[in-house]
Amino acid sequence: MSTGPGLGYHILDTGGAALPGSLQSNKRLSQWLRFRSDGVVEVSSGKVEIGQGILTAIAQIVADELDVDLARICMLPASTAASPNEGVTSGSYSIEHSGLALRYACAEARAIFLDAAAQRLGVAAQGLAVRDGTIAGPGNLRTSYWELADQGLLDRDATAKVAPKPVSARQVAGTAAGRLDIPDKVFGRPRFVHDMRLPGMLFARVLRPPSPGAALTALDDAPAKAMPGVAAVVRDGSFAGVVAATDEAALAALKRLGARARWQESDTLPDEANLRAWVKSQPVESTSIDVREAAAPGETVRMLRREYSRPFIAHASMAPSCAIAQWSDAGLNVWTHSQGIYNLRADLALVFALAPERIVVEHAEGAGCYGQNGADDVALEAALLARAVKGRPVSLLWSREDEMAWAPLGACQAVDIEADLDEKGEIVAWRHDVWGNGHVSRPGRGKTPTLQAAWQLAKPFPRSVAVNPPLAGGGGSERNATPLYDFPAWRITNHRLLTMPIRTSSLRSLGAFANVFAIESFMDELAAERGDDPVAFRLRHLKDPRARAVLEAAARRAGWSGWKKRDGAGHGIGFARYKGAGAYCAAVAEVEGEADIRVCRLVLAVDVGEVVNPDGVINQMEGGAVQATSWVLKEAVRFDHRRIASATWETYPILRFSEVPAVEVEIIARPDEKTLGAGEAAHGPVAGAIANAVFDALGVRVRDLPITRERIVAAMG
Amino acid sequence: MAQAVRLRVNGAERAVEADPAISLLSVLRGPLGLTAAHFGCGANQCGACNVLIDGQAVAACDTPLWAAAGKDITTVEGLGTPDEPHPLQRAFIAEQAMQCGYCISGILVSAAALLRRNPDPSEAEVRAALDRNLCRCGAHNRIVRAVLRAAKEKP
Repeated sequence: MSTGPGLGYHILDTGGAALPGSLQSNKRLSQWLRFRSDGVVEVSSGKVEIGQGILTAIAQIVADELDVDLARICMLPASTAASPNEGVTSGSYSIEHSGLALRYACAEARAIFLDAAAQRLGVAAQGLAVRDGTIAGPGNLRTSYWELADQGLLDRDATAKVAPKPVSARQVAGTAAGRLDIPDKVFGRPRFVHDMRLPGMLFARVLRPPSPGAALTALDDAPAKAMPGVAAVVRDGSFAGVVAATDEAALAALKRLGARARWQESDTLPDEANLRAWVKSQPVESTSIDVREAAAPGETVRMLRREYSRPFIAHASMAPSCAIAQWSDAGLNVWTHSQGIYNLRADLALVFALAPERIVVEHAEGAGCYGQNGADDVALEAALLARAVKGRPVSLLWSREDEMAWAPLGACQAVDIEADLDEKGEIVAWRHDVWGNGHVSRPGRGKTPTLQAAWQLAKPFPRSVAVNPPLAGGGGSERNATPLYDFPAWRITNHRLLTMPIRTSSLRSLGAFANVFAIESFMDELAAERGDDPVAFRLRHLKDPRARAVLEAAARRAGWSGWKKRDGAGHGIGFARYKGAGAYCAAVAEVEGEADIRVCRLVLAVDVGEVVNPDGVINQMEGGAVQATSWVLKEAVRFDHRRIASATWETYPILRFSEVPAVEVEIIARPDEKTLGAGEAAHGPVAGAIANAVFDALGVRVRDLPITRERIVAAMG
Repeated sequence: MAQAVRLRVNGAERAVEADPAISLLSVLRGPLGLTAAHFGCGANQCGACNVLIDGQAVAACDTPLWAAAGKDITTVEGLGTPDEPHPLQRAFIAEQAMQCGYCISGILVSAAALLRRNPDPSEAEVRAALDRNLCRCGAHNRIVRAVLRAAKEKP
């Protein structure tokens, strides 16, 4: 992709404000980018590719600000040895944090190089233009980034005083550039950590306990050790595993080791059939999230109250988690698909009592991850096993069963909503209570490690209970609990569980999925009580013009007002602004069925502010909508009082090709608004839309997800 | 235990010294160094490891090596190259038909098998042919569009 020449640069008066995005905590320009004399721009983002196309979007921003072709940009894998520390790739923040930082860093780098070129060419910088890295002045005066590279020009701190290009001058950002990683993936070239082969590498497998509460009481490792190809058998408390020359040999040894293991199990899990009652009966920490008092409270004549819930949901990544670890005299090297390399390093440092500088954590791609799957856990396990074969890299691959049953799960939640209504049926006050485990057990944030194996060691670290991220960042369990609707009064309360029999951590959209499902279901119930059209009822409670615009666009595109009611079919709408401060999304679902529901069509309208890559946004919205459909119709982690029972694709089914609805996405372009993440915007609205469409089709309201045949039959009774 | 097994992989004769009972997938990913076919479940439930055996899409994870001996095996590495891409590879790039891409090798293989036996499939036939391949990112509709595009293009 070619860019036109950009002329000179423009200085901003920043008035001493904090630097934009992640520049504030990573000021050194050379940490972000480097020009190579061979015509390549190396870019280090601290954010990582998890299948969302973020590195391509960031490269587009860089190409624009530097005036270079996209093809010249090389996105380096994030590494604690070199990359800026941008925390975790999560929360749909990557464009806001890393994209913004690089936008300013590149604008400034370009100005620095223009100044250097001006000096070399003996002209004013403002008269110089850049086209694909070549800097040209009047007449035949020419130099380039590549000629001026290697002079340490970027060994300085960013000031953010050079203005990035105005939206109208951007030529690469805003276009549907092809993803940089896709060619490798269609030609089968190694791209994933699973495919990395290092010299002398060994393969490992972990001996998994039969249940979350199990302790290893006896282990005879002699038969496994004697097997061909076995390099080591490791045991530390209830953690054990094997290292061998090949994955096959490791699996064979693991089988033999498992036959000689004795476990003490106990019943630690809740009653799967009564999750809503369980979650409300646990000790909790209650927090008031928001209170709005009405200036002139209306008179309540009636109160409507409904209870909703979602089950535990698995990440169920296509790839079982994997990591490579290698110990040397210098310390520990880890290759991982973790979303937070610095955070993982911090927990590894705690477990091994090592200075963090002695650990290098480098990102390598894994399968799509939708929050904290097993990526961090497997990295610690690989390091524990590799310690027994110092000097050799050890690749540890989880089994499918490990991934389904041992990765952290998305938390079960119960949501109660009450509305006080006046004599006309208008909403006078609204109360929303949400119960559930915290949504974050990510490493690197506490004094003790959150990685599972650390809790299994002979000298175990204390188990921690999942927490919620700060409300300023959108919160966790309480994410999207505060409605965007203009109700005169409300009281929003979060109840975080202080017990955690089933380990939970971040799963795409955190609490927003359940809260938006509940709010949007309840809005429909209120509209139905009044006989109001669900779209009109919502619009009547929404002032925010961007919110109204997505609702109207989705309804229009779906042909909402022209819908012909017919037996066994229904349509429904759902809406939310993600985190109350992120992307706006409205969804219309059309469903068919009598007990087995099929979602036929989803129409989404989304406003993510300025769009960096329209096809990337559409891809994220489509993917989010399909995944949410799968959650709503099919997914619940199964267990008895002792063991997780949904450890395979047969026992944890997800939506298949023949069941996937048609998905249409309309982007409402807002080039002058801040770019917002798209990855998590669809889940809540789609859940609400499907539940409401099921009600429209069948006249029954399913308030406990998933909406399965059994739940529909139960709701009919 | 280990014995010499001859395979024809991506058009080349290969000999491996291995236990004939181990899976074809571990031989491909191990001694043969072909990592496009991915391990997903080990139980023929997800399709991430699909390869073509005599033109049929088969899960390599539960195909023992002995059952593949003497057969014609094609992995994604053998489907096409950047210089001479398979129509499916071209179409998957054109449609940006993936998110993470971990499942894509297996899906390309299932789609290649479909187009061999049915060069002009309907959308429903594409969905049916891919129904045993799982995708967690929700890229299904793009993938279906890409397969239909490849069928239209012809090599």
